[in-house]
Amino acid sequence: MIQIDNLNKKFGSITAVENVSFTVPEGKICVLLGPSGCGKTTTLKMINRLIPPTSGRVLIGGRDTAELDTVTLRRSIGYVIQQVGLFPNMTVEDNICVVPDLLGWDKVKSRKRAAELLEVVALEPSKFAKRYPCELSGGQQQRIGVARALAADPPVMLMDEPFGAIDPINRDAIQDEFMRIQRQVGKTVLFVSHDIDEAVKMADCVALFNAGQVEQFGTPDDLLARPVSDFVANFMGGDRIMKRLRLLQAADIACPTPPQELLQVVGDQPGAASWNAITVLPSDDLRQVLCQLLGQGREWAVCKDAHGQFIGYVHQRDILARLIDNTAAVA
Amino acid sequence: METISFITSNLGLIAHLLGQHLYIVFMAVGLAILTGVPLGIFVSQHPRPGRWVLTFAAMLMTIPSAALFGLMIPLLSIWGQGIGMVPAIIALFLYSQLPIIRNTHTAISNVEPSLREAARGMGMSSWQRLWKVELPLAMPLIMAGVRVATVINIGIAAIAAYIGAGGLGSLIVRGIAQSDTRQLIAGAILISVIAVIADYALALLQRALTPKGVIKLNNLSMKEATS
Repeated sequence: MIQIDNLNKKFGSITAVENVSFTVPEGKICVLLGPSGCGKTTTLKMINRLIPPTSGRVLIGGRDTAELDTVTLRRSIGYVIQQVGLFPNMTVEDNICVVPDLLGWDKVKSRKRAAELLEVVALEPSKFAKRYPCELSGGQQQRIGVARALAADPPVMLMDEPFGAIDPINRDAIQDEFMRIQRQVGKTVLFVSHDIDEAVKMADCVALFNAGQVEQFGTPDDLLARPVSDFVANFMGGDRIMKRLRLLQAADIACPTPPQELLQVVGDQPGAASWNAITVLPSDDLRQVLCQLLGQGREWAVCKDAHGQFIGYVHQRDILARLIDNTAAVA
Repeated sequence: METISFITSNLGLIAHLLGQHLYIVFMAVGLAILTGVPLGIFVSQHPRPGRWVLTFAAMLMTIPSAALFGLMIPLLSIWGQGIGMVPAIIALFLYSQLPIIRNTHTAISNVEPSLREAARGMGMSSWQRLWKVELPLAMPLIMAGVRVATVINIGIAAIAAYIGAGGLGSLIVRGIAQSDTRQLIAGAILISVIAVIADYALALLQRALTPKGVIKLNNLSMKEATS
């Protein structure tokens, strides 16, 4: 758990961060979102004290980080930056083992750990361990960057626009991959981003910054459906209602009762008729499903899992109902 | 032809002078590495006082070598070392400062800020950062400075013969004094040859000391630059 308690940062007469307080629960991803110069990166760097706060406290697991010396503190926090910052003079393996080596781990143990982590980030250890960073693509480098941050198994990870420099297609893939890893490792993650789609996709909670202050703190759905100010509404975009659909998956609204239109044709037999219908996966998000329905002029689709097992019917009407329902929190 | 026969008939003498010459140069450069590299690191970390260090080192470089050797005589006479190898080594040591300090400074300051941030963010102390990241990356440029200093010193060391330091310069001094072209040319050629050989040998050392990943990185950016 990370508690940020009334954090302030002044650079000379300029206030970069003002009275920022929020709490990120154990194992959750919190995205610090906002335009450039809003104080989100400064806030992040005050957590590992790369920037010393002017006032306020940061507690990690209930412990005030000011009580630890900075070097010890930083070794217990995973850190990933946009430029990746892999050391070109070290092999991939040695890069991953930087913190374990600083902590004085046994070499055999740390190199084994590096191989494990390469597996985690889906890079073949035998192929990549002894390579140098310059021999990798940008996406591969950032995977190593994530592996390096995970090396000493820190409870907390700080990520400063980690996927910002990766092209859109690879970014999507590496985001998915990071989510898969996160399900496996369950770190408490603070993640700086200026990309709303990324925030909606990854965040359990979002702190939206404006001019050094937290304008709104809440779940992505809170910010999309119930913005507290014009700034939040504008920042989340005119299509923020549509973005909410990304938070839901077909499985969330799939209902085993066949839609009326279908009943008229085949009678009351759930799952019987999938002929000629659009099929969607339970993990498809509702924006995707709606696009498919609208694009093909259909009212409903059949939801089946990867093995072809029938889950239910997804109806356009139910999707639209979710849009109008502004008060219901998304599960 | 005469020069070659002079060399072949005086091999013993030449070997002796060559030994002296190399001794002076490598003593001077060796000591200069010990001071120049730390000073270069200091300059990159404390730019304000560091500027004065660079200015001072540059000033040393502008003193004509004959004048510097001349200056050594009264200064070091106090300790009875006015002539001979000691003043020669000290003068060459001073000349070596600028290329070594400046290259170290440039190399360390050119380390990408993101690498420094990653190193700090992961909990490296400033010494660990220097030792594990900055110096390995700076190695090629530092060694380039050492090569420049060595080649310059091999040339300047010839003049040290005038203050009794010995070395291959003695052949040139004597050649001029005795109007003996053979000695003069032999001295000049040998000095050029060892300068070229020393530069090449240090290039090999530079490559050996440069981390493999950095060599690969440099090759890669060379390829990109030329394609």
